[in-house]
Amino acid sequence: MSEQALAIPRKRVRSVSFLQSTFARLLRYTLVRGVTIFITVVIGVYLTVMIANMGGYVDQIRKGEIRENIAIQVINDPAYRSLSADAKRQLIEERVRLEEKRLGLDQPFLIRSFRFLENALTLRLGFAQLMNSNSGSRQVRLILLERLPATLLLFGTENLFLFFLSLFIALMLSRQYGSLWDRLFVVLSPTSSAPGWFYGLFLILIFAGWLRILPFGDLVDAPPPQTPLLYALSVAKHMILPIMALTLSAIFLSVYSWRTFFLIYSSEDYVELAKAKGLSGRTIERRYILRPTLPTIVTNFLLTVIGLWTGAPIFETVFNWPGLGRTLYQAVGLFDVPVIVGSTVIFAYLLAITVFLLDIIYAILDPRVRVSA
Amino acid sequence: MQTIKDALREIRRYPSAIAGLFIVFLLVLVSIYAVITIPYREAITLWRGGEGTWRNLPRTVPPAWINYFRSQKLPETIALDSRKGAAERQESPLGDGKTITLLYTFDYRADDFPREINIFFETAFQERSPFASITWYTPDGREIAIADLALRSGSSSFRFNQDDKLIRRIRRQIGDVPVEVGLFVAPNPPENPRPLKGTYQVKIQATAFDPETQIDAEVVVYGKVYGIAGTDHLRRDLRIALLWGAPVALSFGLLAAAGTTITTMIIAAIGVWFSGVVDNLIQRITEVVMMLPLLPILIMVGTFYSRSIWVILGVTILLSIFGSGIKTYRAVFMQVRESPYVEAAQAYGASDWRIIFRYLIPRIVPMLIPNLVTMIPSYVFLEASLAVLGLGDPQLPTWGKVIQDAVAHGAPYKALYYWVLEPAALLMATGLGFAMLGFSLDRIFNPRLREM
Repeated sequence: MSEQALAIPRKRVRSVSFLQSTFARLLRYTLVRGVTIFITVVIGVYLTVMIANMGGYVDQIRKGEIRENIAIQVINDPAYRSLSADAKRQLIEERVRLEEKRLGLDQPFLIRSFRFLENALTLRLGFAQLMNSNSGSRQVRLILLERLPATLLLFGTENLFLFFLSLFIALMLSRQYGSLWDRLFVVLSPTSSAPGWFYGLFLILIFAGWLRILPFGDLVDAPPPQTPLLYALSVAKHMILPIMALTLSAIFLSVYSWRTFFLIYSSEDYVELAKAKGLSGRTIERRYILRPTLPTIVTNFLLTVIGLWTGAPIFETVFNWPGLGRTLYQAVGLFDVPVIVGSTVIFAYLLAITVFLLDIIYAILDPRVRVSA
Repeated sequence: MQTIKDALREIRRYPSAIAGLFIVFLLVLVSIYAVITIPYREAITLWRGGEGTWRNLPRTVPPAWINYFRSQKLPETIALDSRKGAAERQESPLGDGKTITLLYTFDYRADDFPREINIFFETAFQERSPFASITWYTPDGREIAIADLALRSGSSSFRFNQDDKLIRRIRRQIGDVPVEVGLFVAPNPPENPRPLKGTYQVKIQATAFDPETQIDAEVVVYGKVYGIAGTDHLRRDLRIALLWGAPVALSFGLLAAAGTTITTMIIAAIGVWFSGVVDNLIQRITEVVMMLPLLPILIMVGTFYSRSIWVILGVTILLSIFGSGIKTYRAVFMQVRESPYVEAAQAYGASDWRIIFRYLIPRIVPMLIPNLVTMIPSYVFLEASLAVLGLGDPQLPTWGKVIQDAVAHGAPYKALYYWVLEPAALLMATGLGFAMLGFSLDRIFNPRLREM
């Protein structure tokens, strides 16, 4: 008895130091991953800038536009009406030169590209040519930040929903391997080759067009409800179809592969041993099957999430969801170059943040990372 | 070779593989049929030719076969062209000139009204424009004056539902209904009128001021159904786009999937074999590329440079080469590298490239084939996604472009379901066909998964 009483504090001390070292390793791992991902983002954003401005193509468009605007200004300005044609031309040239200098268009591309990179990384994304934010600002950053919450709301909810639903179903199916439901999910797994917007079209046709019980799209009813509760309810109602569409497009494949992971891990020897020891089914499932499978599942989920992010522009367009993706689509329609480049940069950031978050979760879940980072 | 033969024999045991193969086979047949019956040039003309090419087709109507599922039959288009002898022609001299009478007779048996009615004139004269009056005769013997007009030289048209005088006359004589309804009902129609069935006649009586005058006219009573696929907002026959979408989707999907998987595999093999710096570099590039947002970048390329399907295809392949596939292949190559026969090859002095291409890569082909097939749908849908975003190829008709037109013109809101469902069903069938085939091939080639 007394021995045990002594043993407990000693064990506690050891576990505290173990926790500390684990924490330190985790922190180091996180830092290393953070730095790696940051470098990756820098390269990614630079590539984006390069593609957006390859060979100065976009600059040409901007220069042409500047020249035309200035020419129109000068010609329409009554103050210059008395000038001769030559003098006007000179005035236009002078102003174009100043404007190009102001925008930094007179420097060589290499220098400009690094300037672009620095601006993009610090989210100084410049001014939109045609679009405004709802508050009336022309700043690309404000336009995009205004749209960001809607995207985060939709895709955040969807990712959490998808993860836990798939996990739950996959576990259930792995318990009843070979049953009718199990076979159904296996048979349906090829349907995941179609993207979310595609199912969205069908769901809109059925629930909005035909049955008329859910809205066609958008974030809230028009006009938006006044009280916060009603507003939230309205948003929730508008989220049903998009979430259904994204879930439909991803769940069958996720469940199919995750259930296969579970089945692989449940044929391991230590699971047999646990069964022999007489542990309850729940305990075996939680500690011996779910636990070692989770890192694999997180990696698999990461790819799904990247796929979902990538599809955002078209998905939000189909559902008229006022988020980042639809902004990109609108910018394409208006040929608003700064907004197009800005949204691509933000998407690169979002992807990086997602990868980083899941990396940390992975590190917490995978004991190998914790022990020997 | 033996593995592939075995695999083919084994496919028969998987119903989903057979279904997949069947769909793929059908798609290939449709593609061949499309390319042969509607050659590329003709398809482009039929899809981009302009109003004149498809003026006789009704606007946004569903396919004709929906009549089989309806008790009340929708009308089909009736086109009567005097040049093809569809009109009784009478000419008689009158002073210096002559009168020309064209009488068109047609039977109307449908349970619904036509979509619109137009007359297209083709006129040639010397000095003064001929003068024409159009009269409409109903089966119950009434006579309605349609219009009096001077015919311009060359092509001209008269559109019934855009003529203010006619609209007012119908409102006065028949009731408050559109022109194309008013001409097919008795006066003072009820709330939900039905067309009078029977023989209708249209008479065009023209007075020409010189004997050389030529007048031809085509009367088109547009139906509410058309062909096997229906039409879109520009009166185009959707059949063209649906047929031609198949070869485009197949070639895009196949080229992208093959280009990506094969290059990825070669790069992974090179990385594993040379290891060290090369391997590291490849791994780092993969990490960067995996974080690039593919669709936004393709959108940028489409907006700034070129919307040609081949440019987009190239960029897609470039960006997907260093994808997640590299990691999978790498893991397998690592195992293969250690096998004794590779060691043997090294011992007899095989070069690096010989080992990569003759020893490493052939081993992983069984894994590659299912991967390749499974990847095809994602590229087919990628092309459709870009088209839906308005970045489709400016020339080719594709399924995605039909969906884009439909969504942009509010097909879901206007209950024009056929317009969305037809291309969507084809996309879905393509996706499912390749995915089912790929999944089964995966189980055949990688037997470890089979029990699962």
